[in-house]
Amino acid sequence: MRKGMMFGLAALAALSSGTMVTTSARAAGEAIPLPQHTWSFDGVFGSFDRASVQRGLQVYREACAVCHSLKYIAFRNLADLGYSEDEIKAMAAEVLILDGPDDDGEMFERDGRPADYFPSPFPNDKAAAASNGGAVPPDLSLMAKARPDGPNYIRALLIGYEDPPADFELAEGSNYNRYFPGHQIAMAAPLFEDGVEYADGTPATVEQMATDVANFLMWTAEPKLEERKGMGIKVIIFLLVFTGVLYAAKRKIWADVH
Amino acid sequence: MSGFQSNNAVIKWIEHRMPIFSFIDHSVGSGYPTPRNLSYMWNFGSLAGVTLVVMIVTGIMLAMQYTAHVDYAFDSVERIMRDVNYGWLIRYIHMNGASFFFIVVYIHIFRGLYYGSYKAPRELLWMLGVVILLLMMATAFMGYVLPWGQMSFWGAKVITNLFSAIPIFGEDIVVWLWGGFSVDNATLNRFYALHYLMPFIIVAVVVLHLWALHQFGSNNPIGIDAKGPQDKIPFHPYYTVKDAFGLGVFFVFFAAVVFYIPNYMGHPDNYIPANPLSTPAHIVPEWYFLPFYAILRAIPDKLMGVIAMFASIGILFILPWLDRSPVRSGRFRPLFRIFFILLMIDCVVLGFAGAKPPEGLWLIAGQLATAYYFIHFLVILPLLSVFETPRPLPTSIGEPVLKGGGSMAGAPAKPMEKA
Ligand code: HEC
Ligand code: HEM
Repeated sequence: MRKGMMFGLAALAALSSGTMVTTSARAAGEAIPLPQHTWSFDGVFGSFDRASVQRGLQVYREACAVCHSLKYIAFRNLADLGYSEDEIKAMAAEVLILDGPDDDGEMFERDGRPADYFPSPFPNDKAAAASNGGAVPPDLSLMAKARPDGPNYIRALLIGYEDPPADFELAEGSNYNRYFPGHQIAMAAPLFEDGVEYADGTPATVEQMATDVANFLMWTAEPKLEERKGMGIKVIIFLLVFTGVLYAAKRKIWADVH
Repeated sequence: MSGFQSNNAVIKWIEHRMPIFSFIDHSVGSGYPTPRNLSYMWNFGSLAGVTLVVMIVTGIMLAMQYTAHVDYAFDSVERIMRDVNYGWLIRYIHMNGASFFFIVVYIHIFRGLYYGSYKAPRELLWMLGVVILLLMMATAFMGYVLPWGQMSFWGAKVITNLFSAIPIFGEDIVVWLWGGFSVDNATLNRFYALHYLMPFIIVAVVVLHLWALHQFGSNNPIGIDAKGPQDKIPFHPYYTVKDAFGLGVFFVFFAAVVFYIPNYMGHPDNYIPANPLSTPAHIVPEWYFLPFYAILRAIPDKLMGVIAMFASIGILFILPWLDRSPVRSGRFRPLFRIFFILLMIDCVVLGFAGAKPPEGLWLIAGQLATAYYFIHFLVILPLLSVFETPRPLPTSIGEPVLKGGGSMAGAPAKPMEKA
C-alpha cells in the first residue's frame, strides 16, 4: 500500500510540475522581473486594505477614468469598500448617464444612481483609439487578473516610466516603460507626485498612488476575494475533520482484513 | 455471492417487481466481491466518477446564467462571478474541476498502465476508458471556448484549423465545423450545445465501463486472479469507506485550489474578452492538453502532426495487443518498471515542451520525447514481452497480504497466471 501511495505522489508531482510549466512559461515570455509588493489580500487570511482601496478609487476617478472604462463596476458595488449609501449616491450623482427613450421616444441625460455602472469615457473603441494615438485604453475591471502577476504588474507599470536607454529607438507617440512588454507603451505616464490630494493625508507619491490603484483594481477584478478566502478556511477545516473521521472509520472497518 | 436480503416491506415489494436493490448491492454493495489487496491507486476511478457528477451539477447551474452569444458570453460569465449568489464559487469549482478531472483520470490511466489493467480479460474495459478520455478532451476543449476570452477564441481557432490539414476536404470541413467562415457566433452556439450534451454521453460510456468492470472485477496490485473467496472482500463496507476517505482527501486538495488559487491553472489572457483582430503572443492550451500539443508541433508537417497527435491516444486502443507479457503487474516486471518510469518522465517532458514556443532546444526535446512516446508503445513493450524474465509471482492474493503468512487453504499454487 505504501508503494502505491508513493507512486501516486510521484504521478501527482509529475502532473503538478506539468502545470507549473504553463505559469512559468507565461512569466518567461516577457522575462522582466517585477518588483514584488506585499499585498494585504495575499495569503490564506488575506483581505483588502480598505483605506488603500478607497484611495485607489480616488486615483482611478481622477487619473485614469478619462481614458479607461471600468465596465463591470456599478456604484452600488462600492458598498463593499465601506462607503455609506449617501456617499455612494453622491458619487453616482456626479456622472451623467444617457437613459431613455422616454415616453416621447427621446433619449435624455440624467444624474447617475447607485445601480448605474461606471460610465465609459469613450462611446466605442474607435473613438478611444482616435483620442489615444491609435491605441485603445483597455477596460481596467479585470486587469489585475488579465496579466501575469497582475497587481504587481499594474503597480510596476505605473512606476516604470523612465528615460529610454541611449540606443533605444522610441517610436513616435510611444513612451518608454521598463515593465511593459517591448518597453514602448502608448499610455503616457498617468501619475505625478501630488497628482491627487488624499483626504486622509497620505502623501501622494507616485509609488503610493500606484500601490493604491493596484489594490483597487484587484478589488474590481476579484470583488469576492474576501468571501472566498473566509469560506475556504471553514470548508477546509470541515473537510479535514470529516476526512479524519472517515479515516478512523476506515481503520476500524479494515481492522480484520490486514 | 451473497444474495440480497431485506426485512423492510417496502424494499421487498419493490425488489420483487424490479430488483433494483440487488442490482445496487451487486454493483457497489456487499454483493460485489473485490480483491482484498487494492491500494489507494484504486481510489481514482471513484474519484473520477464523483468529479464527473460535480462537473455536471455545477455546469447545469452555470448554464442557468450563461449566455451563448459572442456579444454577451464574456459579460454573462462576469455576471456569474459578481452578481449571481455564490456564482464565483460555482464557476471556480467548474473551472478547476476540469483540471482536477484530468489529474484524477491521468493518474487512473497511469495506474492501469503500471498494473497491466488493460490486459485480458479487461481489454474492452480499457478501450472504453480511452473513449471516455477522448470525450472528456472534446468536452473540456469546447467548455473552454464558452467564456469567450482571448484564449477561448484563439484556442478554438487553432484547434479547429487543424482539420484544414485533411487533404481535399480540409477547408470545407473547417467551414462546416465553424458553421461559417470564421470562429463566430454559430461556432460558440454549437460548442455550447455540444458541451452540454457530451458529459451525458460520458455518463453513458461510464456505465458501459463499469459494466465491463463488473464482468471480471478489479485488477489488483499483484495482477494475479483471485483464487477463491478468501482473496476477496465485499465492496461494501470495505471499499465504500476507503473510497469515501479518499474522496475526503481529494476534496481537501480541490478546495485548497478553488478557494486559494482558483486562477493558478488558468491563463490570464482568458480574462481579456475575445478579440479576433489581436492575436495573443503565445497561444497555449490548458495544461492538460500540453503533451498532445507538443506532439502536434513536434512534426513540421501539419497533417502528420495532427495524425501523430491523434495516434498518441489511438495507440492506447491497441495497447492490449502490443504488450503481450502474460504478467500484468509492473511489480514483477523488473525491466518494464524502468521503462514505465521513463514513460512518465517522457510525458512530463512533453508537457513542458507543449508550454514553450516550438523553437530551439524545446522543439528538439519535444521531438525526441514524441519519438520516445511512440517507441515505448510500438517497440519497447512488444520486445519486453519477449525478452523480459518476470520475477516469480505469488501464488495467491491472500498470501502476501495476510499477516502470519500462512497460505489459505484451497488456493492452488500456480507459478504464473495465464493472461
Ligand atoms: C491619456 C489616457 C490614459 C490615461 C489617463 C491612463 N491610461 Fe492607461 N492606457 C492608455 C492607453 C492608450 C493604453 C494602451 C497602451 C498600449 O497598448 O500601448 C493604456 C494601457 C494601460 C494598461 C495596460 C497595459 C498592458 O499591459 O497592456 C494599464 C494596466 C493601464 N493603462 C493602467 C492605467 C492606470 C491605472 C491609469 C490611472 C492611474 C491609467 N492607465 C491612465 C491610456 C491612458
Ligand atoms: C465532463 C464534464 C465537463 C467538463 C470537463 C467541463 C469543462 C469546462 C471548462 C474547461 C469550462 C471553461 C471554464 C472557464 O474557464 O471559465 C467550462 C465552462 C462551462 N461549462 Fe462545462 N464541463 C463539463 C460539464 C458541463 C455540463 C454538464 C454543463 C451543463 C450545461 C456545463 C456547462 C458549462 C457552462 C455554461 C460553461 C461556461 C461558464 C464558464 O466558462 O464558467 N459543463 N466547462
